[in-house]
Amino acid sequence: MEHKHSEKKMNVRLKIWRQEGPKTPGKFEEFSLSDILTDMSFLEMLDVLNEKLIHEGKRPVEYESDCREGICGTCSLMISGQAHGPNRGATTCQLYMRSFDNNELITIEPWRAKSFPVIRDLVTDRSSFDRIISAGGYVSVKTGPHADANAILVAKDLSDRAMDAAACIGCGACVAACPNASASLFTSAKITQFALLPQGHPERSRRAIRMVDQMDKEGFGSCSNLQECEAACPKKISIQNITIMKQEYLKAAIAADFRAGMGSADGGA
Amino acid sequence: MVPFKRLFSSSLGRKYLMGASGLALVLFILVHLLGNLTFYSHNGDATNAYSAKLHSLGLLLVVAEWGLFAVIILHIYMAFQVTYRSKVARPIGYDSLKSKGGPTKSNVTTRNMIYTGIVLLVFLIIHLKQFRFGPDLEDGYTATVNGVMVDDVYRVGVETFQNVGWVAFYVFSMFFLGFHFRHGFWSMFQSLGALNPRWSKPIHAMGLIIAILMAVGFLGIPIYLHVTQGGVQ
Ligand code: SF4
Ligand code: FES
Repeated sequence: MEHKHSEKKMNVRLKIWRQEGPKTPGKFEEFSLSDILTDMSFLEMLDVLNEKLIHEGKRPVEYESDCREGICGTCSLMISGQAHGPNRGATTCQLYMRSFDNNELITIEPWRAKSFPVIRDLVTDRSSFDRIISAGGYVSVKTGPHADANAILVAKDLSDRAMDAAACIGCGACVAACPNASASLFTSAKITQFALLPQGHPERSRRAIRMVDQMDKEGFGSCSNLQECEAACPKKISIQNITIMKQEYLKAAIAADFRAGMGSADGGA
Repeated sequence: MVPFKRLFSSSLGRKYLMGASGLALVLFILVHLLGNLTFYSHNGDATNAYSAKLHSLGLLLVVAEWGLFAVIILHIYMAFQVTYRSKVARPIGYDSLKSKGGPTKSNVTTRNMIYTGIVLLVFLIIHLKQFRFGPDLEDGYTATVNGVMVDDVYRVGVETFQNVGWVAFYVFSMFFLGFHFRHGFWSMFQSLGALNPRWSKPIHAMGLIIAILMAVGFLGIPIYLHVTQGGVQ
């Protein structure tokens, strides 16, 4: 049996940020593509563009992707002013051309933040997130025979909330969409996923202080409670995590200052 | 060891201070509004009696005034810190930045708290000049309350608002107070880490209601005085 081709086609006009390297100034370049299938993914459309550019002997547009199924956090892209495009709760790789109008002009920009410097075109260096994680986004576990499963009981509501926080894929859309370029949502999700679980408790104050201090050191902006991060987050991470981060940090900062006052090491667990 | 070092030097610390100073200012403004409702009575007795009562607090009033001054300075200082840090955090802006809707609170007023704040600062300076440091007993603005001679602050109000320009300026400023308050009220709870998801929506709604009541309560005074007392004196 033969499938009848009912796929619709569309034309797209693209305005894409081009930048040779971190130090060179960039500018927008316009392209147009015809006969793009509406059921193509956004990244497939960019692949079509790049093939065309390569055939013409031009430099393809650099952008990032890996899993292409919304779980790795590699894809980014500010699409017509919205992080990961117009749909809520989805990454750029989960965006399809049917979300756009025929002949619509689509602007594509990299995440813009001092702490996410552009490497080339649409690719940014997001290692500032890695440094926030290395500062405390882990639990230390002794090696040796592993503990029995469920030896430590965890309340269902807490494990659910920790799991919700752990859904963060570290894509950086929260920073990109935030009018202040704040990394509060990401950092708070990474603090909360441990703060709510007993396994995370021994290091909780050290974790909160070190991760927040690292976030500040990286030069992210200041949160002004606009909640745009939650709107843009492909995993719909809630700003309730920011509330928990505030509580964790306040408790930890007061405790750490008291300990320092008694002469022990700064920010110790 | 300074136990509050981190309050001033960390991004979260600045938010606690912003929220705490905001809370103090909200409480002050609400009390101020309650006092000012006396302007809606048919003559100046209630207003002047209220003002005399405040003055009779003596040292307590002085402490409250200086405390309030310190809180305002702190709020402004933190506001500039927060705004400046966010500006440098994004040296190259977007060609376009569009909200994704949903739970967002981002709009032209919430993104520009610094500007509504600056308008309020200008208003505050003028307002203090007109009323706190305006004409008093020594300039012959006297009234008698229960047989005692007191400042006639009511007359200052009446005279100021005979001028349509001042009425317009006050009304305009109170719109900004409303917008600033609308985001600030909910925001101060969030900044202090005191919101759980169950309260978030009710508190946000409450902020809107209080913002409207407050703005209307305040901006009605100049209009009321202008309309009812416009021709007096
Ligand atoms: S909080 Fe959401 S938007 Fe931010 S990095 Fe994690 S998944 Fe991406
Ligand atoms: S490429 Fe992995 S989330 Fe989009």
